[in-house]
Order: sequence, then structure tokens, then C-alpha cells
Amino acid sequence: MAFSTFLIYKIILVLCVFTLALVVAMYSTYAERKVAAFLQDRLGPNRAGPFGILQPLADGLKMFMKEEIIPNVSNKWLFILGPSIAMLTACMTGVVIPWGPAYQGASGTFPLQITDVNIGILYLFGVVSIGVYGIMIGGWASNNKFALLGAIRASSQMISYEVAMGLSIIALIMTTGTLSVGEIVAQQSGWHWNIFYQPLGFLIFIICAFAETNRTPFDLPECESELVGGYHTEYSSMKLGFYLFAEYINMFISSAVMACLFFGGYNFPFIHIHAPLLASIVGFLIMMAKTCFFIFFFMWIRWTVPRFRYDQLMNLGWKILIPLSILNIFITGIVMWLQHKI
Amino acid sequence: MITKYLFFFLSVLIIFSALMVVFAKNPVHSVLYLIVTFFGIAGHYFLLNAQFLAAVHIIVYAGAIMVLFLYVIMMLNLNKEVEPHKPVWIKFAAVVSGGLLMVTLVGSLRGAEAMTKVTPENIHIGLVENLGKTLFGPFLLPFEISSVLFLAAMVGAVMLGKREIH
Repeated sequence: MAFSTFLIYKIILVLCVFTLALVVAMYSTYAERKVAAFLQDRLGPNRAGPFGILQPLADGLKMFMKEEIIPNVSNKWLFILGPSIAMLTACMTGVVIPWGPAYQGASGTFPLQITDVNIGILYLFGVVSIGVYGIMIGGWASNNKFALLGAIRASSQMISYEVAMGLSIIALIMTTGTLSVGEIVAQQSGWHWNIFYQPLGFLIFIICAFAETNRTPFDLPECESELVGGYHTEYSSMKLGFYLFAEYINMFISSAVMACLFFGGYNFPFIHIHAPLLASIVGFLIMMAKTCFFIFFFMWIRWTVPRFRYDQLMNLGWKILIPLSILNIFITGIVMWLQHKI
Repeated sequence: MITKYLFFFLSVLIIFSALMVVFAKNPVHSVLYLIVTFFGIAGHYFLLNAQFLAAVHIIVYAGAIMVLFLYVIMMLNLNKEVEPHKPVWIKFAAVVSGGLLMVTLVGSLRGAEAMTKVTPENIHIGLVENLGKTLFGPFLLPFEISSVLFLAAMVGAVMLGKREIH
């Protein structure tokens, strides 16, 4: 493939993934309200368009039209920087995820993954660990006690659960032998899904994913019964919108990561059929179906399980999940040794 | 060519933000500049083809240790009124020891240009696989000893963190 073709293709792919993340996040807000309505035996939003399908547009327009307030006592630069970092890191994570099998065209191979760096998982962890600064900086710069408490809760929660998350992934890396997300997905072809080899690792990972995305039952940083609005108490207009939106993008990306790492990603039974375009499209749809299921799962949990208390959250993270994930690594090592894989 | 410009850009960024760490009045700003410094250093690792080191540097230093720094500083809420004032002789001693450190650094850099350049054969030395083989092969003993050291530090931190020992 010529360099110019390569460049244009990559730019188009980046734009597509960016748009996909934004659109899915936009319709996640709609889906969230519909799922909540379904679980609570209500109708949900149904006024804007058929079945309320235009509701996200109306919400977005309202966010943009609201008055923009920056508190006088806040630190202005950091106040603006907070939501920007949250949004930036949320959009950066989609880069290493393979959205479908590569398309073998006449003029070369077109992978549906922006870049397959050989440290893909570490890249994801790096970006996720930077994401917490958006909340911390915003909460501190607001110069508000509730916002500061929310920021402090967010940082301690994310640090605690990142440890267990990293340890649960180590067992997965031991069995797959690679850090590249594309290669991990390719290895799972033909029902060799990692969930069958790493069920405990997946359980720990999904609990940590809930904590990292600040979703119920771990939404302590924005716990309204104790902290008004948590870290975004002082935010209004689209800056608040960015914080909320970043949460939905994070949810989408973590669902995609779970589908990739544990549930076979884009793999489907007839992936090697002799119709490259069809294989790519079906693979992409399969991947999106798995991702949407996990998004639904996030919402299902949110409207079913009540919020944890803060000490319960910390006990779960440090005293249950971390020992369990170390045990998981240990068991994985023993099984691999018994099978003479190491 | 691009690598050269990137090198200069990153170096200027690192030196500027490292200076701002010292000169910033607000401790929270100092920490934020220190995070920028770490990002610059991670960029240098990328230029040296040490991707694993760069990623781990960001995860561990920028993503974990600095979050804890920021956490503690936000909790303590340091400001002008509660700023500790050190006596003059301590400041003087600090300047002298800082100068001594600089002399040591300059001394150690004196023979640096005689060092061997990275040959094209080991350009992949920074990748995970080669780094792992090196760490768990020739450097196994130092690696294990340093991990025991970390374990001791962790146990010590847990002991200090306990309110009372039963």
C-alpha cells in the first residue's frame, strides 16, 4: 500500500472510530433512560421523535444552550482543563481496539484497528490511569468542599481498583503470551474464548471496570445523597456535559475491551469464508453486538444494585479482589506448568 | 529529522516543567508540572524505542504515584498561612548539598561521550519480550533482590499505616 493511501485510510479510520464512540455514547444516554424505564415499569422518554429516538439530540442542544458559569473563586485554567482531560482520555482509548477482521482488498490489507501496538493493553492502562486527573483537577479547581471530597474519593477508588484490574489481566497475558489486543482477539478464533480459561479473571476485571468508570454500585465520587453532585457540583453547561459524556464513552470502550479480551471480539463461526468484505462487516457487527450487550449489562446493574458504602468499597478492593487475583495468577501458573506450557 | 525536533521539543518541555515544579507557588501546580515532566520523559523513552518502559513509566509514575501525591496535597490543603518556615542554616545546608549533587552528576557525565552507541542489532532491546528475557535471564538475582526490597517497603508502609498493633 502506498504511503498516501495508508495515511488517508488511517485518517478515515480515526474519524470513523471517533464518530462511532460519540454516537454510541450519545445513544447510551437514551438507552440508559429506556432501560431504567423498562426496569421500573415506566415508558421512558417518548416525546422527541418516534419512541423518543431524537431525545439525545434534544439533551445535547439543551446542554449547549445552558448558561456557562465559572465560579469566581475557582482556578480558571484548571477548571477548564478538568473536563478537557476527561474527554481527551476517553476518546484516546479506542485506538488499540480491533473493531473487525482485516479487509483483504485488491490494493493491500486494511485492518479495522487504528494501530496494533505490541503493548496495546499497557497503552489502555496508561490512558485509563491518566483519566483520573480529569476528575481530580476539576474537583480541586472548583474550590468547593463537596467537589474536593468527590475528587478525593475518585482518586483513591481508581488507584485501588487499578491494582486488582492489572493483576487480573496478568493471568490472561500469561495464557495468551502477548500484550497486543489484536493478537489476543485473533487467538480466540473458533470458540477458544478466554472466558472459558479465565472465568475468575473476568469476574475481577468486570467488577474493576465498574469501579474505574464510576458506575453504580461504585459511583461514590458523585454520590448525590452525600456530596450534592460530587466532583462536578460546580460545573454547568457543556463542561458538565463533557464529564457525563466521558463516562459513557468510557463505558463503551470498557465494554469493547471486555468483548475483545474475554469474549472473542469479532470472531464468528464462518470467519474464514471467501468473501472478505462480508467477513469484515459481519465481524464488525458481531463485535458491536457483544459490546452493546455489555453496555446493557452496565445499565442493568445500575438499576438493580444499590450503591456501596465507602468502607465496603475499599474492603472489596483491597481485601477480596487483590488476593483473589493473586490466587488466579498462582492457579494459572500451576495449570500451565502441569500442561508443560512453561 | 523529525526525531531530532521531537527530542529538542521534549527536552525543552521537560526542563521548563521541571523548573516550574520548583518555582510554582502552589503545591498542586508543582505536582501538575511534575506530571508533565514525567510525560516528557516517557516521550524520550518512546524515541529510544523503549515502548514498554515508556508505558510502565506513565502507568506507575504519572498514573499511580503522582495521583497519590496529588491526593495527599489536596487532603492537607497546603497554603501560605500554614507554610513551614525553615531556619536560614537549613536553607544554606540545602543549597550546599544540592550543589554537591550537581558536581557528582557533572562528574559522572564527563565520560559519557565515550559510551558505545546503540547498534542496529539491539534496536528491539526495549520491547517487552527482550526486556523480560534479559530481566529473568542474566539479571535474575538483582531483579529478585529488588523485589524483596519492595516487599519489605510495602510491609513497612502497612505497619506504619496501622493505628495500633494488637
